[in-house]
Amino acid sequence: MSTSGDQQGVADLPGLPPTSRLELNRRAFRQRQTVRSLLISLGSTAIFAVVIALVLVNSPGWRVTQDTFFNPEYFVAAIPAVWEGLLLNIRVLAFAVVGVAVVGVLLASLRSLRGPVFFPLRFLAAAYTDLFRGMPFLIVLYLIGFGIPALGLFQGIIPVAVLGTIALVLTYSSYVAEVLRAGIEAVHPSQRLAARSLGLSHYKSLRIVVLPQAIRKVTPALMNDFVSMQKDVGLISVLGAVDAVRAAQIKVAISYNYTAYVVAGLMFVAFSWPFIRLTDWLTARQQAREQLGGMV
Amino acid sequence: MTTREPSVAAPGPGGPVLRLRDIVKVYGTNPVLRGVSLDVSQHEVVVLIGASGSGKSTLLKTVNLLERIDDGQIFLSDTDISDPTIDVDATRARIGVVFQHFNLFPHLSVLDNVTLGLRKVKGVRKDVADERGRTLLARIGLDDKAGAFPDRLSGGQQQRVAIARAVATDPELLLLDEITSALDPHLIGEVLDLVGELKDAGSTILMATHEIGFARRCADRVIFLKDGLVHEEGPAAQVLEDPQEPATREFLHRVLH
Ligand SMILES: Nc1ncnc2c1ncn2[C@@H]1O[C@H](COP(=O)(O)OP(=O)(O)OP(=O)(O)O)[C@@H](O)[C@H]1O
Ligand SMILES: [Mg+2]
Repeated sequence: MSTSGDQQGVADLPGLPPTSRLELNRRAFRQRQTVRSLLISLGSTAIFAVVIALVLVNSPGWRVTQDTFFNPEYFVAAIPAVWEGLLLNIRVLAFAVVGVAVVGVLLASLRSLRGPVFFPLRFLAAAYTDLFRGMPFLIVLYLIGFGIPALGLFQGIIPVAVLGTIALVLTYSSYVAEVLRAGIEAVHPSQRLAARSLGLSHYKSLRIVVLPQAIRKVTPALMNDFVSMQKDVGLISVLGAVDAVRAAQIKVAISYNYTAYVVAGLMFVAFSWPFIRLTDWLTARQQAREQLGGMV
Repeated sequence: MTTREPSVAAPGPGGPVLRLRDIVKVYGTNPVLRGVSLDVSQHEVVVLIGASGSGKSTLLKTVNLLERIDDGQIFLSDTDISDPTIDVDATRARIGVVFQHFNLFPHLSVLDNVTLGLRKVKGVRKDVADERGRTLLARIGLDDKAGAFPDRLSGGQQQRVAIARAVATDPELLLLDEITSALDPHLIGEVLDLVGELKDAGSTILMATHEIGFARRCADRVIFLKDGLVHEEGPAAQVLEDPQEPATREFLHRVLH
């Protein structure tokens, strides 16, 4: 934020001498500067947009492209099926988020255990996070989506949406565990000592004192993981789940027109946009706090 | 290596609240405590003094089981708390601790800080704990800060809240480690006054401090640590006004001038 905006009210405060001519001149100058900068940035944005539009419209294939990707009729026709599919994505995401939270916290807690007794647990947790952090999500999806049914452990067919949820939980819990672990390590050790001194057990110290502070420290990073999870949930279509992407694919296969993909893409963006803004806002707030020297 | 008596009997009822017998603590090759013995009786205020690095903090940490001793025995009332089979969390809950740095929990309100031990360790119902917490905050003159977060408080206020948190569960023993040394000089008084009030209310206190003036006013006994041993101990007035040992005299001369 610029400071110039805050000065408006100062002159009205009681108990202050009348604002000097010098200061009024300074404010007028800053105001002119602000207006000038605003005009420049508006102008350059407009020019940029016009150039892009002209290039697109004048490109030789524009008419065909417009018709294949932005056909209004197909656009409207695709909305109900794609929306239906998106609801499946949202359901999968909701379950996966809960799973990721539980497994992620568990993994991070295991990795923060101290002492040689817990080496096997720490090692297992570390191996797990290393494995799933390194493996492309698409491969995890294939391995879980086709591997688990192949084992034949369960009677009947496991819905692909469930398999997709498991794959999401496996991959994202390893990301979240790493982020949380960094947060736990950033909480000053004296906090844990103070908690233990009160007679709180290791587990209660972690749950009541350390984790809440750790999560606060890493909220922006966690939100980022959430946003990319919102996109990756669209990949469950490779298993055959009829989600938004798959629904669009079906439309495309019937019509040979790609507009349905644009519909699905826009829906994903619209769905994640509030969270993207929220992440930005939280990050900015945290930075502002740290600059103030706040403690959390 | 001489072998000591294998075990000392626990003091009977009415005996000291804290009894340390021949405590040894070694960090690597650095023997910080080399056989410290001392008692703290009920309602007594005992002040530990000694040069920086003489092991005052280490001694307090061993009592709170934050550091494991390498030899000796520690009795809290009639329990041998150096026994490895002891319930560490239950023992710590019997001892209140305040550190040099405030260590309040920054994500909890002042009231929640004070009542945390009552609620989460003693299992007291929230409304009962809050009632007790508010009474304590009123006693330290901070009842209007109950809902505030610690970073909105001055250093002295934070340290008073830390003391309230430590005494909220009515611990048998209070350990205070240099609780004023991180404070601006003008805030020291309010914190020490609170310790004086706790003494008047009958608390049993073992504290490390460099505030000799406070020790003279409030301490029942003063213990001077040097080279990992109790070098001199006695009634506060005697040790501080008329020390018998040259080393004690020299130390006091240095901190007072
Ligand atoms: N965790 C540790 N690891 C290794 N050495 C330690 C540790 N804690 C303390 N020491 C050493 O033990 C000695 C005693 O330290 P301690 O903190 O008990 O002194 P103190 O009397 O409290 O000093 P001060 O007045 O400065 O607080 C010092 O030499 C210190 O370096
Ligand atoms: Mg110390």
